[in-house]
Amino acid sequence: MSQHGATAHSHGVPIQTRSERPKSTSISDFPEIQKTEEIWRYVPLEKLRGLDAEVIGEIKEEEIEVKLSDSITSRWIDSSSQLVGSAGIPEDRVSAVAWTNASKTLVIDVPANNESSEPQLIRVSPNSTDAKALHILITLGNHSKATMVLDHTGVGTLGENVEIVLGDGAELNFVTLQEWSVGSTHVSTQFAKLGRSSRLKHIVVSMGGDLVRVVPAVKLDSPGAEVNMFGVYLADTGNYFEHRPYVDHIAENCVSNVAYKGALKGAGAHTVWVGDVLIRESAVGTDTYELNRNLLLVDGARADSVPNLEIETGKIAGAGHASASGRFDDLQLFYLMARGIDEGTAKQLVVRGFLNEIIQKIEIPDVEQRLIGAIEAELEGVGN
Amino acid sequence: MATLEIKNLHVSVITDQGNKQILKGIDLTIRSGEIHAIMGPNGSGKSTLAYSIAGHPKYEVTEGEILLDGEDVLEMSVDERARAGLFLAMQYPVEVPGVSVSNFLRTAKTAISGEAPKLREWVGDLKTAMSNLRMDSDFTERNVNEGFSGGEKKRHEILQLELLKPKIAVLDETDSGLDVDALRIVSEGVNRAHKDNNLGVVLITHYTRILNYIKPDYVHVFVNGKLAEQGGAELAERLENEGYDRYLKASA
Ligand SMILES: Nc1ncnc2c1ncn2[C@@H]1O[C@H](COP(=O)(O)OP(=O)(O)OP(=O)(O)O)[C@@H](O)[C@H]1O
Ligand SMILES: [Mg+2]
Repeated sequence: MSQHGATAHSHGVPIQTRSERPKSTSISDFPEIQKTEEIWRYVPLEKLRGLDAEVIGEIKEEEIEVKLSDSITSRWIDSSSQLVGSAGIPEDRVSAVAWTNASKTLVIDVPANNESSEPQLIRVSPNSTDAKALHILITLGNHSKATMVLDHTGVGTLGENVEIVLGDGAELNFVTLQEWSVGSTHVSTQFAKLGRSSRLKHIVVSMGGDLVRVVPAVKLDSPGAEVNMFGVYLADTGNYFEHRPYVDHIAENCVSNVAYKGALKGAGAHTVWVGDVLIRESAVGTDTYELNRNLLLVDGARADSVPNLEIETGKIAGAGHASASGRFDDLQLFYLMARGIDEGTAKQLVVRGFLNEIIQKIEIPDVEQRLIGAIEAELEGVGN
Repeated sequence: MATLEIKNLHVSVITDQGNKQILKGIDLTIRSGEIHAIMGPNGSGKSTLAYSIAGHPKYEVTEGEILLDGEDVLEMSVDERARAGLFLAMQYPVEVPGVSVSNFLRTAKTAISGEAPKLREWVGDLKTAMSNLRMDSDFTERNVNEGFSGGEKKRHEILQLELLKPKIAVLDETDSGLDVDALRIVSEGVNRAHKDNNLGVVLITHYTRILNYIKPDYVHVFVNGKLAEQGGAELAERLENEGYDRYLKASA
């Protein structure tokens, strides 16, 4: 299931290493989507709902709520601006479609040296189910510090590109929440480029949506940068969640740590995690670890988990990965029940405990509380 | 007064290779306030008996009965048995990642007593019980059994025994792996529960040293899934000196 220093294969078609994937902002550079491509092999294509079409709509200002501290500004700019594309450009068709169809880009600027611990909020709630594009660019000036929550709610069909650019020594705690209602499709490609000795904490929380695919790609091309990528998801019947974190180690002495945990609670729920870490020849002194764990609470749910580690230099501090998917641990349940706790409550405790490790990394009390509440509500009735 | 009756108990363990019979007809009656020690060689079935009383899913009762005050324990689920007043301090307590001791204990207490304990009382009881067992107060913030030392795990089991106040408790090698001080502290905990709640105790052990602290009324010798002999506290002394050779020869 896991491979070490090797590239992934699917359907017998060899895939180029992660670095050799085509990159382009124009749709025509990408073929029509096919299941034989590794990056689309798991996706239920009928749920894409037009996000791969040449022409789609665009999210309007009134569909986004932005709540920022005074010192932090937001503005819409023309997507032809030089600023757009500073963190990365598309590597797949849906991302290119969203790129091309978003004529405006929402820019959030955190000035240099600005420090705020208040969570900044960007909430996207589409007003129709038409396929729409959105482009967001978040920039943190040198040595600034911020916490940001990008929340997705309601019903929608969204093709999204999010760019995150961190200046030298900047620190961002970024959470992207997918709390979609039934009938929603969301494909989000998130690019981050980290300045020298900057730190990014990137957290993905997926709780709802028919198809949710988040592809966070972090480029570590300045020395001493650190990224922590966390993910937590709870998938029920009707949910397809796919997370493909990618860390590109280019510069020396960078650190990356990827940890995603998910629980699958309904028959037919399907989650996919593909974690790519590429350590280039230049990335001497890299320290990286990636992990994915899934807890299957019912029969008939499916969790795919594929860690890929490509290492092009031997001069690293450490590289490892772990991946496991399994059922409830009978012994844990027995221990809890032997103390009088009924089976349903015992299962809730175990699931919450399992996801807790990631939830407590969010460090935004509001978001954590909401999430724990949602998980508790979702787990009512499990095991009864 | 509570009475736990074990009658002609036959138990098989369910393994990937099939079922294997371990207990071959056990008869044992434990009443409130009594202390029974069970001794016997490795693999003789002591833990199997303990797990069967608690209802571990890996162990199948093929014949016989377990009754608590006349009620059929074998018909009860694991949690029902605990709520009926049975307790098992496990030889190998299980780690539950991400679940804090404090959350676990409060959830268990609520389940056993049928209502959430009054906060102030609960905090007080917990504090007293922990300080009696010489446990640090930050212990409650740790995850259940995760990274606990052998001794901490055993203290945590006895902490639960004191807080949950069962009628009958089976302690499976609670003394193993304890240093001299810990052994005394843990024994005192068992004695408190015995005295305060008129607890009936089944103490599974390999060593007489714990019996210097916890005085058994009865000693039973387990050999090859059967009770080979029963006696008073003096039997334990003899076992320590002579070993089990006599019984093993007889059962072979
Ligand atoms: N899950 C299992 N799979 C296979 N065999 C088992 C299992 N559980 C118990 N056994 C076997 O059943 C027998 C009795 O085991 P049990 O744990 O009851 O012994 P014990 O008397 O508690 O021994 P000890 O003094 O070493 O704790 C042993 O032969 C053991 O190997
Ligand atoms: Mg044993």
